[in-house]
Amino acid sequence: MKIGVPQEVWPGECRVAASPANVKRLVKMGFSVLVESGAGAAASFDDETYRQAGAEVIDGTAALWEQSDIVIKVRAPMQNPETGVDEADLLREGGTLISFIWPGQEEELVKKLAARKATVLAMDCVPRISRAQKLDALSSMANIAGYRAVLEAAHHFGSFFTGQMTAAGKVPPAKVLVVGAGVAGLAAIGAAKGLGAIVRAFDTRPAVEEQVQSMGAEFLTVQIEEDGTGSGGYAKQMSQAFIDAEHALFEELAQDIDIIVTTALIPGKPAPLLITEQAVKNMKAGSVIVDLAAERGGNTAGAVADQVIESHGVTIIGYTDLPSRMAKVSSNLYGNNICHLLDDMGGAENYKVDEADEVVRGTLVLNGGEMKWPAPVKKLAEETKVADSISQKAAVQVGPTEKKDRGPFALLLIGLVLIAVGWSGDTGFLHQVTVFVLSCFIGYQVIWNVSASLHTPLMSVTNAISGIIIVGGMLQLGGPLDSPATILGVIAVFFATINIAGGFLVTQRMLKMFQG
Amino acid sequence: MIPYGAIISSYLVAAVLFILSLGGLSTQKTARRGNLYGIIGMALAVAATTMLILGKVQFPEGLGENFSGVLLNDPTTSSVFAVVIGLGALIGAILAARVGMTSMPELVAILHSFVGLAAVLVGISTYMGSGISVPVGGELVHNIEIYLDVFIGAITFTGSVLAFLKLRGSVSGKPLTLPGRHLLNLLMVGACIYLAFEFVTADGHTAVQPLLWMTLIACVIGFHMVAAIGGADMPVVVSMLNSYSGWAAAAAGFMLKNDLLIVTGALVGSSGAILSYIMCRAMNRSFVSVILGGFGTDGGGGSSTKDEDQGEVVTFDIEETVEAMRDATDIIIIPGYGMAVAQAQHSLSQVVDFLKEKGKTVRFGIHPVAGRLPGHMNVLLAEANVDYNLVLEMDELNDDFPATDLVLVIGANDIVNPDALEDPNSPIAGMPVLEVWKSEMVVVMKRSMGTGYAGVQNPLFFKDNTRMLFGDAKAVVDQLLTGLRSP
Repeated sequence: MKIGVPQEVWPGECRVAASPANVKRLVKMGFSVLVESGAGAAASFDDETYRQAGAEVIDGTAALWEQSDIVIKVRAPMQNPETGVDEADLLREGGTLISFIWPGQEEELVKKLAARKATVLAMDCVPRISRAQKLDALSSMANIAGYRAVLEAAHHFGSFFTGQMTAAGKVPPAKVLVVGAGVAGLAAIGAAKGLGAIVRAFDTRPAVEEQVQSMGAEFLTVQIEEDGTGSGGYAKQMSQAFIDAEHALFEELAQDIDIIVTTALIPGKPAPLLITEQAVKNMKAGSVIVDLAAERGGNTAGAVADQVIESHGVTIIGYTDLPSRMAKVSSNLYGNNICHLLDDMGGAENYKVDEADEVVRGTLVLNGGEMKWPAPVKKLAEETKVADSISQKAAVQVGPTEKKDRGPFALLLIGLVLIAVGWSGDTGFLHQVTVFVLSCFIGYQVIWNVSASLHTPLMSVTNAISGIIIVGGMLQLGGPLDSPATILGVIAVFFATINIAGGFLVTQRMLKMFQG
Repeated sequence: MIPYGAIISSYLVAAVLFILSLGGLSTQKTARRGNLYGIIGMALAVAATTMLILGKVQFPEGLGENFSGVLLNDPTTSSVFAVVIGLGALIGAILAARVGMTSMPELVAILHSFVGLAAVLVGISTYMGSGISVPVGGELVHNIEIYLDVFIGAITFTGSVLAFLKLRGSVSGKPLTLPGRHLLNLLMVGACIYLAFEFVTADGHTAVQPLLWMTLIACVIGFHMVAAIGGADMPVVVSMLNSYSGWAAAAAGFMLKNDLLIVTGALVGSSGAILSYIMCRAMNRSFVSVILGGFGTDGGGGSSTKDEDQGEVVTFDIEETVEAMRDATDIIIIPGYGMAVAQAQHSLSQVVDFLKEKGKTVRFGIHPVAGRLPGHMNVLLAEANVDYNLVLEMDELNDDFPATDLVLVIGANDIVNPDALEDPNSPIAGMPVLEVWKSEMVVVMKRSMGTGYAGVQNPLFFKDNTRMLFGDAKAVVDQLLTGLRSP
């Protein structure tokens, strides 16, 4: 099977669908990989590195698309602004395409691909179940975006993030507010925290409180009883009262905050407006807002997609290409996501579009030209664990249950023994019981001192010692040799001897090792 | 002629030596001397008893008659005795020299069964033979002692034999859960009590039949008891049988009016009991629940639903693991039974040496129930010349995991299962485990995705920072070593 990696045609897109490391992995899975010459240049991967990784470098976009059974891409197919060729037309009849597609918004594209009897898997449609986390490209890209957002903010922010006491004077630490603690939000918290800022995070979903705190940020929410958890782990739209409360909260917070990173998105809806004009006004001049939702209208009043604007002295950054700005790592992670998908589909040898597989089914947009999107909604009741990939949920400690008190049982036993002793009235027996009980106590004291690493030698040595039963056997040898009592005694002596010799010698052998 | 008092004091010295022998095991340094004490004590005890039965002992007035029955009257018996001792010692020596350190649990189990068997034989023999004469008044107590000795011995015998077979893998480790097994056990114990009544009330030494019937039933009880206990509880079972073998010896001591047997039996019995307790605590299970058995079959309602979609594992190959090992500076290795089975400890030791040469911190984390025997892993690592200062216990290590770059789990499963802490419905809930998942990265080396001995799924494998490296532990570790050494 041949996998083709074309150069992205979206202006300014630096990512590529497979890094040389990914290529190596695909080759190991049994695929042969074709890479368009210069495909990785913007992500700092040159053709030679691809060749070394086992790829064949092909000149010419058309040739590459023609030869590939599976084409993997980052951006959805589009018309090349330079040559005017539409990528959708390049795909071989009946070929397979794996890429971001956004089938909900790109109906035209899907129709075009359907006409070519294509099989299309959309990386943006990977179901949000824990099994599919390793191929969830939206999460891996969001993680990068969140990190980069903080760096962009730092770039535009005229001060340190970390507080400093210098000879020249004191610099207070930057105060960062992250709105929306999804994957991107958590990554932003981590990055800002790492730079030394004081970080607060807001989210409508109470469940993420723990995750936010585990990243070292303070969790904020609105004092209105409403759970913002929607399906698939995403947030849902909130009531008007809640939104008003949010606005009020942000307007108040804004006076004190230097940097705001907003990441709030609701599936299938325009981004909610959270940072009002008033809130922007309230911020100190020189503050920075990074709006990760700018592509979908923005969380911030005045944010413009792909642009940096200034409003009331506040810089509002609306970049939508943050992952592309870190093309090396994002290409690699995206490529990993695709590798995992292909691995799930059976690798090169058992490659199969299995509609019974929940993950493949969810991702599938077209199968041989047949419309498969959207996938029938299977109950995704399972709580998303995507956020866990960044913050490990604190374990619910189920402490070891208290040991049961065996006191009463022991007392009962001792009582029974005493009764038996009293019954017999035999002083010889009383003497034996004394010896027995005292020995048990000595054993108890001695054994607790034994080092745990020597428990095996302890067992073998006690084993050998319990061969003392040989004495019992020896005392049975008095009768004639053919009497049952003597025969039994002889056998007992035999086994006890094996025990003694075996036990001591094997202990010796083991202990010798411990000294080595 | 030796005075009888010398025999008694020999026994006393032997008993003290046995105590010192166990006491010696408190540190690695004194352990060998301890073993030597044990050997001397045993030799002394056997020698004194030999003198006794050869009639070389001068008894004080009136006491001689008590021992008249034990003297070796038949000269051929002495030669048979000598041959049997020689043969037994030879077999024992061969067993001890041949056994692999990985099969220690089997050896220990089969040796327990010998003690049990010997106790049964001595008990029956005491009842049938002339042996030590008992004053008429003490007949009842004496019979009870015989009965108890045989009962405990028989349970130890068959229980140990089955434990041996299970550990060897000749018999499946799955617990046998017959319907109404508790009732069955109760019925059998009831029958034994009834037979005891028959036995002690019989005149003279005529009630051999109830004794033999009870022996048979006790054998079944021992077998059934161990059969019902799942493989994960094997360390408890082995130490429990260790304890039983001690109690059997102690019962024999009561029966034979021999203080040395009582002392030794009590020492061994309490040793096994404490080990069982330690093992139970390590698994957060009560002793009673282990004995009642059936562990490893009922997955518990909560966890069975969780099994359906645990997510998928991310695998690593040798190169990636080698890469991870090179990148890490603080590494912890968690060995389990899989390492023992594959005999990977020697290769592992070389890997550790190599990593240490590179200036990395490498430590071993040992869970109390890793392997099939208390302290099993320590023995294997010692065999492979791993410095025992690197080998730490669970409690010493658990706080260090968050600061650890890489944890290598080799053939362990249940002891690193986060469900023990996180899922109250899990069958292993509350069992203290090595919290490896808190480290930067975990590489789990396993033969397959199969569940551990407890039969529960392990969510560790599905964590984001976990990588699976499949393969036989020995082969994998060898390849890692080659990978590390190649530049």
